[in-house]
Amino acid sequence: MTFLDWYREDRLPHIYCAGCGNGTVINCTLDAVESMGWSREETVFVSGIGCSSRAPGYIKTDGLHTTHGRALAFATGVKLANPALQVVVFTGDGDLAAIGGNHFIHACRRNVDMTVVCMNNFIYGMTGGQGSPTTPRSALSSTTPYGAEEEPFDLSLLAVAAGANYVARWTSYHVKELTRAIRTGLETPGFSFVEALVQCPTGYGRRNRLREATDMVEYLKTHSILLQKKQRMEREGQEVPPGMIPMGEFVRRNRAVLGARR
Amino acid sequence: MTRTEFMQGNVACAEGALAAGCRFFGGYPITPSTEIAEHMAARLPGRQGTFIQMEDEIASIAAVIGASWSGVRAMTATSGPGFSLMMENIGYAAMTETPCVIVNVQRGGPSTGQPTLAAQGDMLQCRFGSHGDYSIIALAPASVQEMFELTAKAFNLADRYRVPVFLMADEIVGHMRERIVIPDRVEIAERRPLEAGALPFQGGADGVPGFPAFGRGHAVHVTGLTHDERGYPRTNHPKIHEALVTRLVRKVEDARREIADYDAVNPDAEIVFVSYGAPARTVQQVLHDAGDGGIGHLRLKTVWPFPEFALREFRNARTFLVPEMNLGQISREIERHVDQAVVSIPKIGGELHTPGELARAAEGAR
Ligand SMILES: Cc1ncc(C[n+]2csc(CCOP(=O)(O)OP(=O)(O)O)c2C)c(N)n1
Ligand code: SF4
Repeated sequence: MTFLDWYREDRLPHIYCAGCGNGTVINCTLDAVESMGWSREETVFVSGIGCSSRAPGYIKTDGLHTTHGRALAFATGVKLANPALQVVVFTGDGDLAAIGGNHFIHACRRNVDMTVVCMNNFIYGMTGGQGSPTTPRSALSSTTPYGAEEEPFDLSLLAVAAGANYVARWTSYHVKELTRAIRTGLETPGFSFVEALVQCPTGYGRRNRLREATDMVEYLKTHSILLQKKQRMEREGQEVPPGMIPMGEFVRRNRAVLGARR
Repeated sequence: MTRTEFMQGNVACAEGALAAGCRFFGGYPITPSTEIAEHMAARLPGRQGTFIQMEDEIASIAAVIGASWSGVRAMTATSGPGFSLMMENIGYAAMTETPCVIVNVQRGGPSTGQPTLAAQGDMLQCRFGSHGDYSIIALAPASVQEMFELTAKAFNLADRYRVPVFLMADEIVGHMRERIVIPDRVEIAERRPLEAGALPFQGGADGVPGFPAFGRGHAVHVTGLTHDERGYPRTNHPKIHEALVTRLVRKVEDARREIADYDAVNPDAEIVFVSYGAPARTVQQVLHDAGDGGIGHLRLKTVWPFPEFALREFRNARTFLVPEMNLGQISREIERHVDQAVVSIPKIGGELHTPGELARAAEGAR
């Protein structure tokens, strides 16, 4: 078996735009799940609403495509009622951190045993490129036509602060690292949060001089810095170039877990 | 062993749920429903069940729906403001045909209104509160005994029809203490599982598909989007949407007679009270005081789907009197179905109608 066996082929073609980063992240997630040796029968994918949240519809397992922002609350019910199920959540930055922000911090705090993969494209993709809680300052979107004025969330730092057992961030360019991080998340008991920065040529790139899908991937690649390297540079008093986004493992710990396999 | 106890209505509701095999409660505290959550928190862990206090009511009903898909009987309990918050996900439960039980111990509204006083102001919200067309089942208990019995029954109806079922209680029945007889065991009609080869959203003869619980190899995709019988999103097909939503409504409405539960007292009377919940008790007092069989009483235990045929049992009825703790929500529904005069007797503010008030209304209708 390969991760391709997890796809629900009779649902293709998918709705994603050409060049969208979501497909890469779904591939990485399924590759990690497949490497765990889990059966399709015991694995459940849960999501909210958004482009990223359409992922469970393309996977041949039980799947719950819920309401906007509420995926983690639904997933909590699924997992606690039957801890034998392996629960993986797909979500977007708007779904997770705007409308679902309350559920996000409480799922981290409870440390419910599940893995959450957030496809962060800095924008609301499905509704046409509006600003989200992760839109960088001064970036353009259809609701920030003069540039975003609000400070964005760092979702990974938020998850660490709220209590998740495992937190990591990579991009759709870092396929190997991302897959490994998701796998570590799946292996770690408790709440695992993996943030995947993805290109959205349609909603974000077009407005922010990253018109081609490859432009945005290139941007993510050149603006990534390993978290440990950044910390070392800061310790040594070196200047970290502005706009660099730290990648890697933010936390791995062993806080008490809710809903672990009985 | 059947046992007799003196118990609060909210506690009886929790006990009814436990007796029916409820194994998951997700909720958020709100007066006057909190004792239900507290009792479930104390009792569920000892029965291999899960209690979780969620971060809000939106999360509570979401967790309940998730738990239901994991294959267990699941419920939440709330009151007005929390009920309003649940509405989007209640529509999701209707669209995805998720069995679940939602208790609303009604208080005075709108908004935070009267937290500690009774009302029946959410009867139309429970029927129509979420967006789009759909149908649900709602029960209304009038005693502590019925807080137990109708809660247990709600789970059977939810599983039988794959639909959210509401226990529309009120603060009076929630907080009153009464003698209650708790049976050895209650009837449990389990969900019909999805048969091998059947489609997860294909209604059979009765419009109700078998239930494809997670973890059993059905690989079912559950979505609130308009979907075909496989569960796949089909959002741009008018015919598929029409067939789905029509079935969701019909599977409940066409079973009205099967679902209906009511008492019809003095069917030959010309003056007939129609009531549900706490006001039914005042009506019972009025009938008792009158003592001549000249006043009829239709006491609804099922309010939705509305059992309009029950009104026709009162063949000689000239006037239907409808005391409600709202400004006339169900009386309007009755008007839709009868030619006779329908007199709404609204009372809001938190106090029950007095027997004198209702006796005078009956006298005025003679
Ligand atoms: C309650 C509610 N409000 C708004 C919407 C409309 N809506 C659908 S998707 C979406 C945003 C999705 O953005 P994100 O979560 O970042 O996912 P993406 O599409 O970018 O992957 C919104 C606002 C909705 N479906 N439900
Ligand atoms: S709008 Fe953006 S996130 Fe949505 S499918 Fe298109 S590229 Fe992907």
